[in-house]
Amino acid sequence: MAETAYWEAIQRAHDEEMANDPMVIAMGEDIGVVGGTYKATFGLYEKYGEERVIDTPISENSYTGIGIGASMIGVRPIIEIMSINFALLALDTLINAAAKIRYMSGGRVHCPIVMRTPGGTAHQLAAQHSARLARMFMSTSGLRVVTPRSPLDAYGMLKSAVRCNDPVIIIEHERMYNMKEDIPDKEFFRPLEGAEIVRKGTDITLIGYNYSVHLCLEAAKRLESDGVSAEVLDLRSLKPLDRESIRRSVEKTHRFLIAEEDEAAVGVGSEIMAVVTEDCFYALDAQPVRIHAADVPVPFNRELEKAAIPDVDDVYQGALKVMGKI
Amino acid sequence: MKASDQKRLLREMIFYRRFEDRTFEAYMERKVGGFLHLYSGQEAVATGVLEMARPGSDYVITGYRDHVHALKAGAPAKEIMAELYGKETGSSKGRGGSMHIFDPTVNFMGGYALVGQPFPLAAGLAKGIKMKGTDQIAICFLGDGANNQGTFHETLNMASVWKLPVLFVCENNLYAIGTAIDRSTAVRDQYKRVAAYNIPASQHDGQDIDIVMEAAKKAVDHVRNGNGPYFLELMTYRNRGHSMSDAKGYRTREEEAEWAKRDPILIYSERLKKAGTISDEDIKTWEKEIDKEIEDDIVKFAEESPEPKVEDLGKYVLDDNPDPRWIGPLQS
Repeated sequence: MAETAYWEAIQRAHDEEMANDPMVIAMGEDIGVVGGTYKATFGLYEKYGEERVIDTPISENSYTGIGIGASMIGVRPIIEIMSINFALLALDTLINAAAKIRYMSGGRVHCPIVMRTPGGTAHQLAAQHSARLARMFMSTSGLRVVTPRSPLDAYGMLKSAVRCNDPVIIIEHERMYNMKEDIPDKEFFRPLEGAEIVRKGTDITLIGYNYSVHLCLEAAKRLESDGVSAEVLDLRSLKPLDRESIRRSVEKTHRFLIAEEDEAAVGVGSEIMAVVTEDCFYALDAQPVRIHAADVPVPFNRELEKAAIPDVDDVYQGALKVMGKI
Repeated sequence: MKASDQKRLLREMIFYRRFEDRTFEAYMERKVGGFLHLYSGQEAVATGVLEMARPGSDYVITGYRDHVHALKAGAPAKEIMAELYGKETGSSKGRGGSMHIFDPTVNFMGGYALVGQPFPLAAGLAKGIKMKGTDQIAICFLGDGANNQGTFHETLNMASVWKLPVLFVCENNLYAIGTAIDRSTAVRDQYKRVAAYNIPASQHDGQDIDIVMEAAKKAVDHVRNGNGPYFLELMTYRNRGHSMSDAKGYRTREEEAEWAKRDPILIYSERLKKAGTISDEDIKTWEKEIDKEIEDDIVKFAEESPEPKVEDLGKYVLDDNPDPRWIGPLQS
């Protein structure tokens, strides 16, 4: 075991997969000579050279398309998009091409690309660097969307994503890159599908994904002093969604809350509400709650930004509400 | 070129024309649905360029006017027709239709409906070739309208910087859907736009297959010899509208009549007749043989093929047989 930061875990996964398969390449803005804005490809340019660790011009749609074209004939590209906002520029090749090529070719051609991108607010990066677009990718057939919450998953899921034959979007988070955790020294994989109970409890299920899992875990600790035993469920994969694990947990606790940093409308939370309503409505003993960002572009001002984004207290208060304690 | 090859090329172009005409009939009979974009009038481009390349080995990619490129690449005509009919035996198992013909067995990597999208995909195919270290090339056929997309500029830039083995063929038919090039594009000669990316480019008559082949040979050799991309602009004209719903109100009948005199099949058959290589009788015989093949073999196959099963609706969205080591689900 070694204490590993989230960015180091991603770097290690790149390194191992590139060593394992000469068809694995990394591409993106400033990922080579500079080593990546978040150091996720640090040192790889020196090790694997410019044909495999590719500094791209600032042309998101077309370099994503180049990765897709290469993937159609056996290359395994890991494409970094520096901020999820910039992924909007790549939606044509990503959604109109990568997500649809397998289907519209009758399964004859596939696009095993991995797109990694931080999707969340950091500290005062303002509206054009703070988008949270999980809900948009989650609604696209033909894509896999995963949200590793920790170094363990960041490493193990990236390795699985490289080997999987589908296009996979990995949504990371700027505030998680320096998060540390002990992970095994020996190579391992973490499956792309399946939600995970990261804290067991009996009274309420706090559902999160990406950074909001950590808000849920903190809130669960505080709820202990109120005599509330909270279970925390990390969705891990938004597409496909593990409906079974959601149902099982809600049938056990009979109450739930979904916390996300994304905006509410047509969002992950809306989808979880719908899934619970369809799958286990009668298991509910209380009205559920969605914790989400305010319906505003993310503001620059520190206090306004704070007000726009959910924090631990919001999740805690929301849980108390579901529990009928406020 | 040997007389037998000249005859074959002319016969191929006649086949493509009559194949497209027959798809038009099937469309009018409502046996083919969706959108249908025909290649009639532009045959010398795909035929001549690919004749100078290695169909079946070199990667070919194009837009939605894709039937003839797929045919010349080597995709079976039966399967293309069956795809137009939406049948399970079609090139894309009825999931793609006219605009999305795929046949990876001959390295025909698809028709795409987003104008300009194949530019980066083609460069990606070239990147894959480079990584594998083969002497294949990627060939991207697109119309002049595609050059007003950002992907044109972005991809040409990267293809040049990375010296990718990709040949861009611009089929300049003077209209982007129904908008004339002079009304939409600041520069009429598309090859001039490429100078900004340090890629060699040239413009040629796309109606005369001999001229097309001469230009294509140089372009293909340039790319295959490891010199990076090339941009080949071929001036052409589509006989029909953009798609089936198009009344061609944006073109004058005089202009169409002028271009009809420059029909690629007319130009080439006149030349071969003058040289004594073929006679009118040969053409009539071919037409009969071709029509019989299209009817008895190709259309019959499409009409008699089964529809995809409704219970297979969810197939091919993601890998249908994924490896549980990567996919899971996680056991918790």
